[in-house]
Amino acid sequence: MSAKLQADIKEICSRHGNDATRMMDIVREAQLKLGCVPGEAMELIAAATGTKRVEVESVVTFYAFLSKKPKGRMVVRVCNDIVDRLQGFDEVAAAFKKELGVGFGETTADGLFSLEQTPCIGMCDQAPAALINDEVVTSLSPDAVKKLVADLKKNPDPKTLAHRYGDGANASELVHSMVNNNIRQKGEVIFAEMAPGAALKKAVAMTPAEVIREVKTARLRGRGGAGFPTGMKWEFTRKAAGEKRYVLCNADEGEPGTFKDRVLLTECPDLLLEGMAVAGYAIGAQLGIIYLRAEYAYLRRYLESVIEKRKAANLLGKSILGKAGFDFDVRIQMGAGAYVCGEETALISSCEGLRGDPKNRPPFPAEKGFMAAPTSVNNVETLCAAARVMERGAGWFAGIGSQGSPGTKLLSVSGDCKRPGVYEVPFGTTMADFLKLCGAEDAAAVQVGGPSGQMIGSADFGRKVCYDDLATGGSVIVFNPKRDVIEVARAFNEFFCEESCGYCTPCRSGNQLLRERLEKIAAGKGEPSDLDYLTGLCRTMKVASRCGLGQTAGNPVASTIKNFRAAYEKKLKPAADGLQPAFDLAAAVSTASEIAGRPSVHAD
Amino acid sequence: MAKPKVATASLAGCFGCHMSVLDIDDRILKLVELVEFNKSPINDIKKFTDRCAVGLIEGGCCNEENVRVLQDFRKNCDVLISVGECAIMGGIPAMRNTIPLKECLDEAYLNGPTVYNPAKKIPADKEIPLLLNRVYACHEVVKMDYHLPGCPPPADTIWEALVALLTGKPLKLSYELIKYD
Amino acid sequence: MSATFTFTIDGKEIKGQPGQTIMEAAEAAGVYIPRLCYSKDLRPHGSCRVCTCMVNGRPQAACTQPAAEGMVVENNTDELQAIRRDLVEMLFVEGNHFCPFCEKSGNCELQAMAYRLGITAPKFPYLWPDRSVDASHPEVFIDRNRCILCGRCVNASKDADGKNVFQFVGRGEHKRVAVNAEANLADTDLKGTDRAVAVCPVGAILVKHKGYATPVGRRSYDQKPIGSEIESKRK
Repeated sequence: MSAKLQADIKEICSRHGNDATRMMDIVREAQLKLGCVPGEAMELIAAATGTKRVEVESVVTFYAFLSKKPKGRMVVRVCNDIVDRLQGFDEVAAAFKKELGVGFGETTADGLFSLEQTPCIGMCDQAPAALINDEVVTSLSPDAVKKLVADLKKNPDPKTLAHRYGDGANASELVHSMVNNNIRQKGEVIFAEMAPGAALKKAVAMTPAEVIREVKTARLRGRGGAGFPTGMKWEFTRKAAGEKRYVLCNADEGEPGTFKDRVLLTECPDLLLEGMAVAGYAIGAQLGIIYLRAEYAYLRRYLESVIEKRKAANLLGKSILGKAGFDFDVRIQMGAGAYVCGEETALISSCEGLRGDPKNRPPFPAEKGFMAAPTSVNNVETLCAAARVMERGAGWFAGIGSQGSPGTKLLSVSGDCKRPGVYEVPFGTTMADFLKLCGAEDAAAVQVGGPSGQMIGSADFGRKVCYDDLATGGSVIVFNPKRDVIEVARAFNEFFCEESCGYCTPCRSGNQLLRERLEKIAAGKGEPSDLDYLTGLCRTMKVASRCGLGQTAGNPVASTIKNFRAAYEKKLKPAADGLQPAFDLAAAVSTASEIAGRPSVHAD
Repeated sequence: MAKPKVATASLAGCFGCHMSVLDIDDRILKLVELVEFNKSPINDIKKFTDRCAVGLIEGGCCNEENVRVLQDFRKNCDVLISVGECAIMGGIPAMRNTIPLKECLDEAYLNGPTVYNPAKKIPADKEIPLLLNRVYACHEVVKMDYHLPGCPPPADTIWEALVALLTGKPLKLSYELIKYD
Repeated sequence: MSATFTFTIDGKEIKGQPGQTIMEAAEAAGVYIPRLCYSKDLRPHGSCRVCTCMVNGRPQAACTQPAAEGMVVENNTDELQAIRRDLVEMLFVEGNHFCPFCEKSGNCELQAMAYRLGITAPKFPYLWPDRSVDASHPEVFIDRNRCILCGRCVNASKDADGKNVFQFVGRGEHKRVAVNAEANLADTDLKGTDRAVAVCPVGAILVKHKGYATPVGRRSYDQKPIGSEIESKRK
């Protein structure tokens, strides 16, 4: 064991107080320093933090951005989500392979580059995109890939890549990213101006119970997808027994096609932090944590600077706005590449330095969440909306949107539309109106709410975006009539296969089984009975899975079968003579035929 | 009225399931009253001479010949039954399913510690059926109507199944008769 | 202790004690709810999902869901039994389960659950994953082909043995049980007498040199279905 390794690990661990609950930070930094977290490092980390090597290994092997085996100095992660695939992923991937001379999962001989694929990195409106370490490169083409690989070979520092910066704060010194916001429509709840502290001032003039009542009166519901009433969540958290309380901001948007939180973090960090402080005041928390997905690491320094500014302005820290006893601080917890951590209890596990496994419920986070203390986990957009509710009042807020769904919703739109980007629309907007707005009049299918949502056809375009009808966390992916919905379902299934935590049987195994049968159908070997088989499998996954990810993982398949049955039926034919169409004798004997040097006597 | 016909085959199996058929003891006399055996190793009839009511399949498919035989059974039998673990899930032969075929053959004929093979050749005579890339359960190759688990299924299981099918009663195995070993 | 309460399972009235899960209250009343990962005296893991019941119309795992006054629980319904069959079949096809020669056969809870549910062959295709065997330890071996990721060894090693020999690594279909060493079980402080070894419901963690000790016919589940020991207590 080298002395340098020992010193490096010791330094990293001690900087995090040798605290096993800060394992995510420790292993992330070890990965950064060493290019991987090898067994020796796990041993040292375990010794320093008073845990076991296998516990460290369990964390390292859970997250896609961590590895036991050495990675190149620059890790290229090409986004392979469905929108990127429709817009040139294959060509871009081929260009990376050609320029780097390696395939996916490989590292160049000089140790400079590793090439990988990654699910949605939140750049669907500027696809194809990739991450190179923390840097985001967007709107890629084979030519762009050629140039950027040449640049990186000359100067192996991805930070120097962006030659033009994106709009808004993307161009600011601490971000310096080529990412664009593409805000297409601003509404009055989220994208309106607010002077820092305006909502907090109103809040501290009330009692915490009054703040909660205001949010309840506004009937604000969670914007992440599940739609739980925010005021009620805060009330449960406030009333639960415990000495400490926490506000956790879920900035782990990983649902393919969702990127509205990225834009909020870029353009509205003050509004978000305002909302977190209001939540902290309402529930009696002293600490807030922003769980920032690893793909958005490029925003970290910028967000930290906003936190610092707000501390300086007494909008965070001790006795906020002079209110004695109102102490509230915020820190950022980085993720490490795991979609499931957007599930609130998995997010808590990750914040505690564990694998991102969801927890058993009950107890619910409001009762026993982060570090077993009462915790309110809220989406970025929810917290922004909560700040606005405080500023403008519940009555004003409730006047916007539709009956059961007050306020506005951010929709991130991508796919086959003329104007991809982020739209703030009042709840109650019909899908047809919205498709006109974003330039997608010829849409044949729309995935609402990402893979875990539903795929709807034109028969449903009259439906409204709201909690009681087309509920969505914000992802809208448009497909034109030329797209193959079965291929879309397959891409989403592949995503869930990758991202299932593997904890419970129906999700871990069910997704693999869906994949097998979809492959069979795509290969033209499907039978009519396969649709009942798939529908039954989706039903078992929905009823029996342990968390929301698993419960919704069958949705892309179930909803395309329901709404696009004809597309499936076109590919199905009854099996002949009681044979299994999926069994392919020629393929099954091909290896043996090659070894024996003669053809099969039985295969056609 | 002609007696219903029964055919049997052992694919990638050990004949243990066929032994279990014989294990029905003196009931075999009653069985012969009930049915007539067509293609089967029991009477050594090699080819189907008539359509059969029931086909009993022992063993999974490990080579191309197994596949052909099984498909032939599917064509010639009204009801086809997987008998025993090998037919149902591949059984012992399927232990190779997690290992690439080439590696299996290399180990068996070239690299194994007890191999004597001066020619350093993997047997490839055209009389030897080509192996499949893995061992397949029967129901992965053709539609199977029933599965009788066990290694081998107890004689009582086979008896009850045959009697039920031949007398047109529903096939429902009791707890004691569903065993995988 | 505060007062007991009543709720129903499949229409039958059950008395519950405060703090009891549905599983515990049902078991005390002689009602068997099928389960695989759950083991008395261990923290409920909630991973196999076989104990999924409808609780006031919503699916919940009986092993983790607290019982409460007036709850209406559905357990033995056609739909739930069909889902349980799916789950058990999933566990069979996503591993490599060779019952005919497994030392645990006849005493295996996975196999017994399949018997109880009347499974003769899975409707799902066999996935044949590549899984490893660790026979390095003098007293105990791990055969990951048979592992159903129930977490009993992980929790027992941590909570009962105080050792943390086992933990899960990887995720999704790549999730597996790892040991607290670079590679081998032999390099851990596991003992054959550890609780973590005894709790394995399948043949994935077994004590060596003890296989096939009980004759066929006299093993745990040869004659009576798993759960009948609980059902026999029913008044």
